[in-house]
Amino acid sequence: MLEFRKDIFADERDDNLKEIGQPTQRQDMLGHVTGTSPYYDDHRFANLLHLKILRSPHAHARIRSIDDAAAARAPGVKRIIRAADVPVNLNTLLSLIQFGKDDEPSLASDFVRYRGEPILGIVATSERAALEAMALVRVSYDQLPAVFDVEEALKPGAPSVNATYPKNTFEYYGKYDHQKLRFGDVEEAFKQADVVMEERYQMSPIEHAPTETNGSIAVPDTNGRFIVYTSTQALFFSLDTSAKINAVPSNQLHFIGGTVGGGFGGKVDTMTEPLSILAARLTGAPVRYRFSRHEEMQFGSPRGAERIYIKDGATKDGRIVARKVRAYFDSGAYTRLSSYAVVKCVAHVPGPYTIPNVCADVFCVFTNRTPATAMRGFGVTALDFAIECQMDKLAVAVGMDPLEFRLLNAYRDGDMKAHRREAKNCALIECAQVAAEKANWPLREEFRRMSSRAGGGPGRTGASADRARAPAPVAAPRVAAAAPQRVTYDRAPTAAPSPVASPPPPRSAPPPPAPTPAGSTHGAPRFSSVFGTRRR
Amino acid sequence: MKTPIQFQLNGEDVAAFAESGANLLDVLREAVGDLSVKGGCWQGTCGTCTVLVEGVPRVSCVTLAETCAGKSIETAAGLRRGADLHPLQAAFMERFAAQCGYCTPGMLMAAKALLDRNPNPTRENVVDAICGNICRCTGYEPIIQAVLDAARADDRRRA
Repeated sequence: MLEFRKDIFADERDDNLKEIGQPTQRQDMLGHVTGTSPYYDDHRFANLLHLKILRSPHAHARIRSIDDAAAARAPGVKRIIRAADVPVNLNTLLSLIQFGKDDEPSLASDFVRYRGEPILGIVATSERAALEAMALVRVSYDQLPAVFDVEEALKPGAPSVNATYPKNTFEYYGKYDHQKLRFGDVEEAFKQADVVMEERYQMSPIEHAPTETNGSIAVPDTNGRFIVYTSTQALFFSLDTSAKINAVPSNQLHFIGGTVGGGFGGKVDTMTEPLSILAARLTGAPVRYRFSRHEEMQFGSPRGAERIYIKDGATKDGRIVARKVRAYFDSGAYTRLSSYAVVKCVAHVPGPYTIPNVCADVFCVFTNRTPATAMRGFGVTALDFAIECQMDKLAVAVGMDPLEFRLLNAYRDGDMKAHRREAKNCALIECAQVAAEKANWPLREEFRRMSSRAGGGPGRTGASADRARAPAPVAAPRVAAAAPQRVTYDRAPTAAPSPVASPPPPRSAPPPPAPTPAGSTHGAPRFSSVFGTRRR
Repeated sequence: MKTPIQFQLNGEDVAAFAESGANLLDVLREAVGDLSVKGGCWQGTCGTCTVLVEGVPRVSCVTLAETCAGKSIETAAGLRRGADLHPLQAAFMERFAAQCGYCTPGMLMAAKALLDRNPNPTRENVVDAICGNICRCTGYEPIIQAVLDAARADDRRRA
């Protein structure tokens, strides 16, 4: 099933590795197929107690009073856990790496800021006993105006969601309300562009929906410590966070995990461990805190929703000369990982394309929605969706094949990215060429011969990195486009030569600009056989 | 109030006390100790807890334990043939048909029910057999291939 294309970049690799490039069996596969892999809930303890959480039915409210007297007397109930029982009842996950301020309580005491926010814990001899007791708790609320839209939340007079960040924006470097990127001069470049296109993209939150819900079991050890079996994806993050919230040294906690029934980013938030540990400390018994499917879907943090505005400028010959992005990340009521997602997003604004003039303003916004978190490429994924939609539209606007349009604009080794990192080990062009080949997507000869190497292909100067280290000149792409190797895009799409009909380039043909990378003395030229050994 | 229940689990007689109204999933995991059965949604929708009752796939989380008295129940814990893996287990390993592994026991049992009644399934039969089992790591294609491989392997052994 797997096909290794070792012909690509063969000259950059000493291909004498034992494991890399070889199929190998996973060490946990036997456990998976025999049903013996030890997930956190596959550990058994006598007298296990169960923790269930009373949650806010309102998106935004002041808590007037909580009456749990009847619940405390209910059959099977061992302990009620209130906000006052939590030793350090304000935390943010990334405080462990000094990023952001503590803003989220483990149990709410005065305000609830999203529907589902935890208020009270009930520890009982069974989940059922805990749930029956929960029905006896009376909470009195004053409902408050709520805000659910990122741009509404930034307007004057919008309800203030998060007491730590009263302006509804995360604070970067202690003073900035958004993350900024400036590279070149977009406004000047828009004036010179033949096509300017502005679009709006709106993403929805997405629930990870792992088949195993979030959960943990905290067990008093024989030496005063606690053993914690957990579904977490981030064992040491969870350990340190739990130690902080419980105000115990981290060496009092022994976390056991690593067998995770699906995570996808939804199990990095330390959702259950601090309270299962607290419950075990308060009762002296092993305690399990397991999300029901409803809790997982409704209250487990989702991928955040983003609203992204992109304005692009392109020239008729197919070069993107400017991109301006304004984006709003919906963090929900508290900071989990959206603040960090914004930083990733800003670094990714050009996508895998070389754009000489880039400007971005990206906000991490608080709303009265479920706090959002990591999920598979978070911060980048939504932007990629927007960028690639935009690329298709731009290709149409400049009259180019969408794949060739991407190849023309793709990073080459040595290009300067908008966040001032040099592009290295680029391979988009090669990946796209192979994909085009597999899909029988016709690419013209000069595009089939493009490469990710510095200056790899027509229309490229190969000097982007040097160019960008100096103040980026606005008109650089036009200079490049005017060079003799300029390609024209006047063909009708139907006139494209099919890759089957066109003769493959000679096996030894170097790519057109034929750059010879220094130090590459072994193996064949990078492009010797990409199209010469195609399988049919 | 607990009720005694007896049934056959993977060919062995077992007895357990079950809470009145308990589901088969909880009885298998908590009372009998068969941890190969996993709970995913506890509402009969994800297929993770699939076991075979009298050879028929059932979502054990919404199967009343008391209705299984005297019946034959199969779980992933009983798939192995001694030291050897069941052809389905071997094929799942070979085809990389598990990622996080949490849906795998239920997926294996749904596939076993298919192969037990149809040793030479088509791809469509396989898709139909596992259509009630969610794999959130999105590994359906390798799973389908593994089930087809297992059917062929069983075929060869019979030949």
